[in-house]
Amino acid sequence: MVPKGEDLRGLLRTMITIRAFELKVAELFAAGKLPGSVHSYVGQEAIAAGICAVLREDDYITSTHRGHGHLIAKGGDLKRMMAELYGRRTGYCKGKGGSMHIADLDLGILGANGIVGGGINIAVGAAFSAQYRGTDQVAVCFFGDGAANQSTFHEGINLASIWDLPVVFVCENNMYGVSMSQRHSMKVSDIADRAAAYAIPGAVVDGNDAVAVCEAAREAVQRARTGKGPTLLECKTYRMRGHFEGDRAAYRDPGEVEQWAKKDPIKSLRESLLETETLSQFEIEEMEREVKGRLEEAIRFAEASPFPAPEETLEDVCSP
Amino acid sequence: MREVSYGRALNEAIAEEMRRDAAIYVAGEDVTIGGAFGVTRGLKAEFGAKRVKDTPISETAIVGTAIGAAATGLRPVVDIMFIDFLGVCMDQLLNQAAKMRYMFGGKARLPLVIRTVGGAGFSGAAQHSQSLEALITHIPGLKVVMPATPYDAKGLLKSAIRDDNPVVFIEHKMLYGLKGPVPETEYLIPLGSAEVKREGKDVTIVAWSKMVHTALAAAERLGREGIDAEVVDLRTLEPLDKDAILKSVGKTGKLVILQEACLTGGFGAEVAALVADKGFDFLDAPIKRVAAPDTPVPFSPPLEDFFLPNEAKLVKAVLEIMSKGAASS
Repeated sequence: MVPKGEDLRGLLRTMITIRAFELKVAELFAAGKLPGSVHSYVGQEAIAAGICAVLREDDYITSTHRGHGHLIAKGGDLKRMMAELYGRRTGYCKGKGGSMHIADLDLGILGANGIVGGGINIAVGAAFSAQYRGTDQVAVCFFGDGAANQSTFHEGINLASIWDLPVVFVCENNMYGVSMSQRHSMKVSDIADRAAAYAIPGAVVDGNDAVAVCEAAREAVQRARTGKGPTLLECKTYRMRGHFEGDRAAYRDPGEVEQWAKKDPIKSLRESLLETETLSQFEIEEMEREVKGRLEEAIRFAEASPFPAPEETLEDVCSP
Repeated sequence: MREVSYGRALNEAIAEEMRRDAAIYVAGEDVTIGGAFGVTRGLKAEFGAKRVKDTPISETAIVGTAIGAAATGLRPVVDIMFIDFLGVCMDQLLNQAAKMRYMFGGKARLPLVIRTVGGAGFSGAAQHSQSLEALITHIPGLKVVMPATPYDAKGLLKSAIRDDNPVVFIEHKMLYGLKGPVPETEYLIPLGSAEVKREGKDVTIVAWSKMVHTALAAAERLGREGIDAEVVDLRTLEPLDKDAILKSVGKTGKLVILQEACLTGGFGAEVAALVADKGFDFLDAPIKRVAAPDTPVPFSPPLEDFFLPNEAKLVKAVLEIMSKGAASS
């Protein structure tokens, strides 16, 4: 089922929001305002936007170290995200987690994750929980090409397959696990082919086409929701920036980067919406202004927020 | 009071809790046929296939899915067949279960029990015989329970299941057949509380799990030689009942720690450091640890016997410090 007007507007808005957030974060990081490290999602926006567009608020996702896009697409609050990156008490994790550990359990976001493949079985567990409780909630698990070689991937998909769990495995193949090209880290060209090894459906999707991602997601989520079990979607995309902010990614051929820049997911959706007159130039600029405003508000909020008190280090280890 | 085996007491604990709370499920390798030691026998017949699930040999998935399930409303009681297999799923335990609540700023609640079993003495050799509690106690965010008796096993497991945190519940494979008094009526033992299993005034022996029985046997022997030993069973290692340890050493002035695990970096070192710091003024003699040597567990029976701490080694250590320190009256 092809997304229509409002859905397409929503897709574009989400992608624009993610892009603006990530570029702003890159700027703030380079200016020394953010402790630690950040891993940019620039270039992969269509995947987070397309997948989350078909999810309900009570569906679950697990994310990765490159998680800002998923968090935003699932409805995460920009102010609380930004405050967390700044390490402030008003952040999603009260400054305890940072970029790689942001979670919003009310939105079903079971956390970004600093361990490659670390979230895969957590998503499988959330799917099991939904099945056990008899709801039609679905869990989506985001992970990269690197994670597809981890034992968590194999154990998680296998368990999901035998228990017919309502989980969608979304592999964002951006072609690199840090510096290792996917071409060298596995013999298969299409990670989606691994689905056959677990006797579940698998599909390759153009990860830079938000509409294609959305359609594939809709089908896979519906399959999960109706008790027909898991799917593996491999969304082919590209990580436009380095692995982490500051990584010049000299291991990549600049020609390759240029080629992918031409396939920018936001540019292509915007052009298609203009062409079909789904949106006007004015409406798009309006959207961009609104996003910019929200982002500026988020930064003001973060910068005005206090740091947590040092003694808070000792809190929240255990539940009472 | 009826006598029930350690294994049966654990089985009762799980069944009672499952009757009480529909959110509890059991999963692990071969759990529907009772698991490796029979603890989960009969649970599938009573609670059905939805709540008692066999898994493939996939420790990462067993623990990882338990984490996801615990974060979303269920109360998993999962089984890692031998503690030696925790190596396979260590990331899920160390980086996910232990840390999610903290990293998320106090959000996620993970009411999850990982039951596992350690210990040597059955020629299981190096990869099926370890005592790895020190690795787990070192990770903030995990509770660690090690019962020595059927009574403690049942009461502690019920509490562990009701606890809203990840609990690693370490059973000892040589204790499953041990019988002991277990009431018919329901009871719980709170986590974090040690128990003086034998009162005494001359020396404190701190032990946990199977070594508690070794300590009690040694205490009998010492008693015949005029030395009155107090045996403190930790029961829970994390959170540790520091007051109980200090109170006992305050009374006796001497401490010998008995651990089945190898010496270096074992949990006994933590107890020793605690007393050396907070109980320094109580001490009349150096703190001693009786532990296995720093080797993997060997296979052949004479080697395993040499490896394992026993009554004789403990008695020897106690006699050594009794002769060193000032006599207590």
